[in-house]
Amino acid sequence: MTLALDETRPRRPVLSRLAAIPATVGFGFLWLGFMAVCALFADLIRPYDITQMDLMARLAPPGSPGHWLGTDELGRDVLSRLIQSIRVSLVIAFGATILSALFGTTLGFLAAQFRGWVEHLVVMLADFQAALPFLIMSLAVLAFFGSSMWLLVCLMGFYGWERYARIARGLAISAGAQGYAAAVVQLGATPSRVYLRHILPNVASTLIVSMTLTFPEIILMESGLSFLGLGVQPPESSLGNMVGFGREYLTTAPWVMLAPAVVIMLTTLSISLVGDWLRDRLDPTIR
Amino acid sequence: MIRFLSIRLLRAVVTVLAVMTFAFVVLRMSGDPAQVLLGPDVPQNVIDDFRAAWGLDRPLAQQYLSYLGQIVSGDFGISMRDRSPAFELVMERLPATLQLTVPALLLQLCIGIPAGIYAALHRDSLIDRGVILLAVAGFTIPSFVLGLVLVLIFAVTFSMLPSGGFGSVWHGILPTITISIGGIGILARFSRSAMIEVMGQPYIRTASAKGVSWRHVISRHALPNAAVPIVTIVGFMVGSLVAGAVVTETIFSWPGIGRLLIVSVSNRDLAVVQCILLMIAAVMVVSNLIVDLLYGWLDPRLRTQPAH
Amino acid sequence: MTPILEARDLVRIYETREGLFGKVTPVRAVDGVSLAVSPGETLGIVGESGSGKSTLGRMLLGVDPAQGGEVRFGGAPMPERRTPAWRALRARMQMVFQDPLSALDRRLTIADQIREPLDIHRVGTPEERASRVASLMRNVGLRPDQAGRYPHELSGGQRQRVVIARALATDPALLVCDEPVSALDVSIQAQVVNLLRDLQETTGLAMVFISHDLKVVRNLCDRVAVMYLGRIVEEGPAEALFARPQHPYTQALVSSVPVPGRPLDSRIILQGEPPNPAARPSGCAFHSRCPVAEPMCRGAVPGLRVTAPGRASACHLVAGAAPASAA
Repeated sequence: MTLALDETRPRRPVLSRLAAIPATVGFGFLWLGFMAVCALFADLIRPYDITQMDLMARLAPPGSPGHWLGTDELGRDVLSRLIQSIRVSLVIAFGATILSALFGTTLGFLAAQFRGWVEHLVVMLADFQAALPFLIMSLAVLAFFGSSMWLLVCLMGFYGWERYARIARGLAISAGAQGYAAAVVQLGATPSRVYLRHILPNVASTLIVSMTLTFPEIILMESGLSFLGLGVQPPESSLGNMVGFGREYLTTAPWVMLAPAVVIMLTTLSISLVGDWLRDRLDPTIR
Repeated sequence: MIRFLSIRLLRAVVTVLAVMTFAFVVLRMSGDPAQVLLGPDVPQNVIDDFRAAWGLDRPLAQQYLSYLGQIVSGDFGISMRDRSPAFELVMERLPATLQLTVPALLLQLCIGIPAGIYAALHRDSLIDRGVILLAVAGFTIPSFVLGLVLVLIFAVTFSMLPSGGFGSVWHGILPTITISIGGIGILARFSRSAMIEVMGQPYIRTASAKGVSWRHVISRHALPNAAVPIVTIVGFMVGSLVAGAVVTETIFSWPGIGRLLIVSVSNRDLAVVQCILLMIAAVMVVSNLIVDLLYGWLDPRLRTQPAH
Repeated sequence: MTPILEARDLVRIYETREGLFGKVTPVRAVDGVSLAVSPGETLGIVGESGSGKSTLGRMLLGVDPAQGGEVRFGGAPMPERRTPAWRALRARMQMVFQDPLSALDRRLTIADQIREPLDIHRVGTPEERASRVASLMRNVGLRPDQAGRYPHELSGGQRQRVVIARALATDPALLVCDEPVSALDVSIQAQVVNLLRDLQETTGLAMVFISHDLKVVRNLCDRVAVMYLGRIVEEGPAEALFARPQHPYTQALVSSVPVPGRPLDSRIILQGEPPNPAARPSGCAFHSRCPVAEPMCRGAVPGLRVTAPGRASACHLVAGAAPASAA
């Protein structure tokens, strides 16, 4: 199905494709680029150290001299903390998205290759995932094992794997049933060659598109956990935990909470817009 | 049908068992509850007594078996914190959570699905674009941000509604909105795409081409077929409501199960956490089961399609 | 001459389920087929769709497992599927598929794909592989400048040439072609058939050619086996079989091919579709559509018996073979 669709679509020159980008998607790309720059060059852009306190200017409102976005209850610069938080949140979400794609795709391929009880095991894992909302499961794990950056990334890496597993399994089975994969098996290729050299490159675009679905969800999940005090721990800072701590000063200094909240919303919104657009272009078969 | 039902039930039971095992492993392996509850400066003999009293000194396998036995007989253990049965503690909080989640689910279904279908039927109109934008905005706003912004606007700035607590109908308004917005967005977007897909099918075109009235085409042909994919996502909505309840109840100091979970987790109150995890899992398994059965009932192909 | 490929009593059963909760019905897609192919020989397998000929082709290669019987290649039994020995044997036996587009990876250039068997079986140095690819492309009639093309940039006939070149890369002793020209334009079909014949003459490989197109089979094959519902009903040298078909089914098939100068009304028109393989008729499976069926055809299953030197057929009524007329 997918193969046939791609086959008939003529290739258009890059320029005319770019011209067709709607304004909202263009905004999404711009914002994401801006976020990427913030994350990559956080150390250079940040005006202050994130723990540097300015006790003379506590809870300064946005626009104060030296503190564009104001300061928090300890007089720490909100802009500097925001830039650092963008880096932390994006790194976690990025790492987790990749882990989840790897994990899910591997399980999907294993299920397609071995069928039988391996497939049942994967279905059982997916059933388990569907039976416990991810936030609740993470809550239990983080609360009892304590929170560290690594544990957080690994835990988030289990988010959404079943989507990749389902896609990878389905595409691998259909490729193996009659298509090019069966032909390569017939040539004498080992399973690892069939999967890595032939099936993976062919399903990669579909998998990448589904990563645009997982990525914003992981950002929301991480910020939710951090908001509840179980994600990223101080002195490190993430978008969610800035909102969580800023909540205390909702009435007196709402900017402490609003600045990271706006960043979270714009980022997830941008990825969703860009992702939808990519999906329509590359692969209309997944939702 | 019997075969399908029994396989599906078996899967449900296995899933619940897996969740029970997960809860047990995570909770018992992660640390010594005696140390946490009693604090660091307690003499060793007190700790030993505590461990013996709660059965924490036995081998893990034995603890696991007796734990399974207790659950099966309906005994979810006793809260280590206030010494009352965990099940009762959870049940006390259940009404508050239901007061939040049931209206929220109704809101989601009554707003999300019609909005999505309306948008699909008026594709590319101004209203369609508005619905899409609102829907995307709806599920990209984290519920904790939305809740706090609502508090900032309606409680802090205009003092129209209480910022938290429990009691009158007014207390419930902001939390219910907070918890339902994301799901409304997801449902609206999903219903729209399901409807658009159905409307593009040859049988719809055939029906309209042969002169069936538009209203009839929509109600007899399009809606029943669009219902199939929409039903599948409602099971997912229940899960997001449960997770949403944890965050929302924390923001609004709402005395429901979500807050109990957060408090019990930070107190390492094993029995209560286990009880909540199992209840959530049971609710999810049952709702997924219902969705599967509904799905089979709505889609006649599933009843006759040859299995491979 | 000792055969390169021998199959004995091959059986392949699929299970189908009627409805989601229905009972499981076994379908005997291939039911007790025996055949042999000598080096340099081309065996044609003909039959309607659903006769099991494609399944048989995959079983001959060991790609589909046999539930009964065995395949021997070069005198040795077929190794277990998906073992290293099985994979190594792929270099000696290859396949050409019906739909070349789906048999090719659309993300690799055709030179890479023709090279793939050499990479898999580690044949020669990289330079030798490159020159082998160039000579293969020349042999199948592809231009050197097409090496960097992708499958969707070629025509159907060119794609099939790529598949054939890939199949021949490791110099196999056996080539199984499963409807290799039925997806191609008629004008291209002859080119590909001629290419296969030329290649066979120059390399001396044995070929199993599966097709429903009698003209192509007659044109290309030395011997022909006719299949009906998973069994061989007639087998013999191509010329003799097409000139004097013995089995009523073969007669119907042969008469369905229009011949210039012969009036069309002499054709034997088969009644109806082939029966559902899951509900195989009793006795001779063909009796329900057979123009000359007699009561005993409903009862006893006719075996494949030698009727003349090099020829065999499975029909109660074929002269000299049916017990009734012999008595």
